[in-house]
Amino acid sequence: MTGPATIFDKPNAYIGKSVSRSDARRLLEGRGRFVDDIQLPRTLHAAFLRSPYAHAEIVHIDSTEAETAPGVVRVFKGEDLIGVVEPYVGILTHLAGLRSAPQMPIAVDRARWQGEPVAMVVASTRGEAEDAAELIAADLDPIPEACDAETALDEDAPVIHPELGTNLAWERLVEVGDTDAAFSRDDVHVAERTFRFGRHTGVTLEPRSAIAEFNPAEGKLTFWYSGQAPHMMQFILAKHLGLVEENVRVVAHDVGGSFGIKIHTYGDEIATAAVARIMGRPVKFVADRFESFLSDIHARDHVVNARIAMERNGLIAGLEFDDLSGIGPYSMYPRTSAIEMNQVLNLTGAPYVLPNYRARGRVVFQNKNMMCQYRAVGHPIAMAIADCLLEDAAAGIGMDPVEVRRRNLMADDGYPRTSAAGMKLDDLSHQRTLQELIDTMDYSGLRIAQAEALANGIHRGIGFVSMVEVTNPSPMFYGVGGAPIASQDGASLRLDAGGGLRISSSITEQGQGTNTILAQIAAGVFGVPIERVTVATGDTDTAPYGGGTWASRGAGIGGEAMLLAAHALKEQVLEVAASMLQTTVSALDIREGMIVDGGGARISLSDLARTVYYRGNELPSDLNPELVATRHFRVTGFPFVFTNGAMAAHVEVDTETGLVRILNFWAVEDCGRAINPRLVEEQVRGGIVQGIGGALYEECIYSGDGQLQNATMEDYLVPMAAEMPDIVVKHVETPTKTSILGAKGAGEAGTGGAPAAIMNAVNDALRPLDASIWRMPMTPERILKALGRI
Amino acid sequence: MSRLHRVTIEINGEQVTASIAARVNLIDFIRTEAGFTGSHLGCEHGVCGACTIEVDGAAVRGCLMLAVQADGANVVTVEGLAGMGRAKNLRAAFLAENALQCGYCTPGMLVSALEYIESGESSDRATIRAHMAGNYCRCTGYQAIVDAIAAVIESGEGA
Ligand code: FES
Ligand code: FES
Repeated sequence: MTGPATIFDKPNAYIGKSVSRSDARRLLEGRGRFVDDIQLPRTLHAAFLRSPYAHAEIVHIDSTEAETAPGVVRVFKGEDLIGVVEPYVGILTHLAGLRSAPQMPIAVDRARWQGEPVAMVVASTRGEAEDAAELIAADLDPIPEACDAETALDEDAPVIHPELGTNLAWERLVEVGDTDAAFSRDDVHVAERTFRFGRHTGVTLEPRSAIAEFNPAEGKLTFWYSGQAPHMMQFILAKHLGLVEENVRVVAHDVGGSFGIKIHTYGDEIATAAVARIMGRPVKFVADRFESFLSDIHARDHVVNARIAMERNGLIAGLEFDDLSGIGPYSMYPRTSAIEMNQVLNLTGAPYVLPNYRARGRVVFQNKNMMCQYRAVGHPIAMAIADCLLEDAAAGIGMDPVEVRRRNLMADDGYPRTSAAGMKLDDLSHQRTLQELIDTMDYSGLRIAQAEALANGIHRGIGFVSMVEVTNPSPMFYGVGGAPIASQDGASLRLDAGGGLRISSSITEQGQGTNTILAQIAAGVFGVPIERVTVATGDTDTAPYGGGTWASRGAGIGGEAMLLAAHALKEQVLEVAASMLQTTVSALDIREGMIVDGGGARISLSDLARTVYYRGNELPSDLNPELVATRHFRVTGFPFVFTNGAMAAHVEVDTETGLVRILNFWAVEDCGRAINPRLVEEQVRGGIVQGIGGALYEECIYSGDGQLQNATMEDYLVPMAAEMPDIVVKHVETPTKTSILGAKGAGEAGTGGAPAAIMNAVNDALRPLDASIWRMPMTPERILKALGRI
Repeated sequence: MSRLHRVTIEINGEQVTASIAARVNLIDFIRTEAGFTGSHLGCEHGVCGACTIEVDGAAVRGCLMLAVQADGANVVTVEGLAGMGRAKNLRAAFLAENALQCGYCTPGMLVSALEYIESGESSDRATIRAHMAGNYCRCTGYQAIVDAIAAVIESGEGA
């Protein structure tokens, strides 16, 4: 008998191949099924009245006129949901000291950010609901707000939750070695900078959407939503609406982009479910773009004072920073808004040998939209702190940025080891990915061309990042702190009578190609043509219990569960076949849908299955055939499985206009075994473009009194096709030893690494002008300011 | 209650008649009155391109047009392209190049790309990018979309 570990010893038809996504055909013919495509009879449409103020007392809400407007069925205020929805609090016990206040879906006494729901109208059409929302007379009394994170801890700052005493939500200090001593040495060069990372947001093209339907006869709630963690949502709806969990069905069909935006508890969605229950009719809520900007979580918003001490030979003697981040008025439930800061403290400098490291992070409440986990949580900040300081210091001692990395990056043969912040690292390839990157981009040629361009007054720059990415999280990420978030995933595989395989998995598809890689693994390990595999995900009524797709965990965790299930089913099927064919299991294999032995094909899978299902009388009575196998998998031994990569940006800065043009971008990614290299590349590319957005364009701009100034797609700049470069992606594969499959995640590396590489490239271009910039997005105005032109 | 207007629009070869308020935009009409849900809304103010459809042969932002303005018009959406066997090579190229991830932008992308290819433009990447600059995609980073369009043009076999 062959064990699962030998799967990769023989030729494999699918794993490692760039097969195309068969489910994409549906989307190409307009046959997707997004939430708003579902039209249920007697549906009510919801519209929300949202606070126009950043901070206000709710004095009185008069909905008399709205209630009699055409099509309106009812208007709900915050107090109407008291006793219907149990308030939620975004804290986790392993983030010691994290505080937040209970939150309700619709604000009750006070509104705490511009955009917080204060009333909800349900009507026959969305248009009627919106019209009626405008007729609500909301007497809101603005009170002093604390919008600026940097002053939110001042003595005289208004305290957003008086019962908490201050606006400090969480604080953590990491201290390793003797940082003070490192910085006081007289043989080190010190580079010190203040970084500012603006707020940005996910801008999924499909807005957040939900339909809730309550069946009073069964006491059952069905919740179709555009989201990425159905089982988590099932728990939340059950707990906070007072239902038993099995009576809540959460379904995520097609999801029009997610990136972490659609993984949180949003008041408007919870209210949608609560009101569906009250009304006994389906309720649909689809955010419009304005609402998306005001209520989809924002991300980043960090101010970091940081310094690095570097020896003359380029070795890092110490790294230190103090990071302050504003998270809006509550910590988001249930993942909390402290995770990003935690990641910054955990990940900064993780690629490097760092003898002395001190980092303080503070997370503060403020009267702006809530901040939480968005693609590459914490990574862009962590990578920029370390890699931008590294290149800054290297320039200070006159060392090439590649050489300084070679001297400080951990050796590829030195694992397992821990990072300065205590992260367990294994199976990484920093040195090799950097070398592959240098070879790919023709580094020396570019430097020559850069000097020639400079001689002609053209300012080009080359910047790098060496990075780690947190993937495949274990229970240590959320579960340990009490969050209802599964870290394990399950896969079920069934051989049908027709000889096809049916997969049911707890990871979810939001366009990454989850369903395809599951099919590849099942088809490859079990032995059928991939066309005979169908995949179902996203429905809590039928999927095995699991976490969904986030934190770059789908392929690594869900994929391994799939591999184990496919191998188990193969053994079960071969046992039946051996009995039917009067031979031994070890003499048989499954290939291309046929049971084979040394002499060739013996019986087809459909013949075998039909015998089992229809004509069991032909089987020995002591044979108990099982044509379904289910396996689960979780990561053990490591809190996370880290990946690594190296990226480089080549930019041109127009010193007259301040515009940055990205000429080239290269990435070498090591995500372990690449199940489908093209899908990995496309994850990396899409991620890099989101990183470019954060580095150069995207920012939620607030006025001093907490008004979002650019809440339209016209005013909030996202990367569009014309400005984006072609991106070269290469792979290095160092499989993780934590699984047989060896796959790590790949979804967030691009977004996590690209901003640092671009900042380094821009500063490389500005260096001959004695200018530098440490603030993202690096807008033309900020570049011109850095140049002293304005 | 606002006055209702009776409009008839040919959508993907079907005559669809309904009485609607003047403010109903063409995409809402197509999605809710006709039940063709392939076309999407992403911004409702003409910026994202998700709602791009063909109206009397021209690529149009369906969110910027009122259904009453399209009375008597001939509209083709992504479902119609597939149903009429148009843009077959383009769809195959999108599949081959993985030019879609979540697929929410795809209906609009296909119509914009088809307009470009049918106008006989070149496979120059910068020109393709300039033409597609009105269609937002959050997932792909655009490169695969450019690859797909360029591949169709270079094949010389049309969309
Ligand atoms: S929905 Fe029409 S352009 Fe965005
Ligand atoms: S594929 Fe998701 S927006 Fe384009």
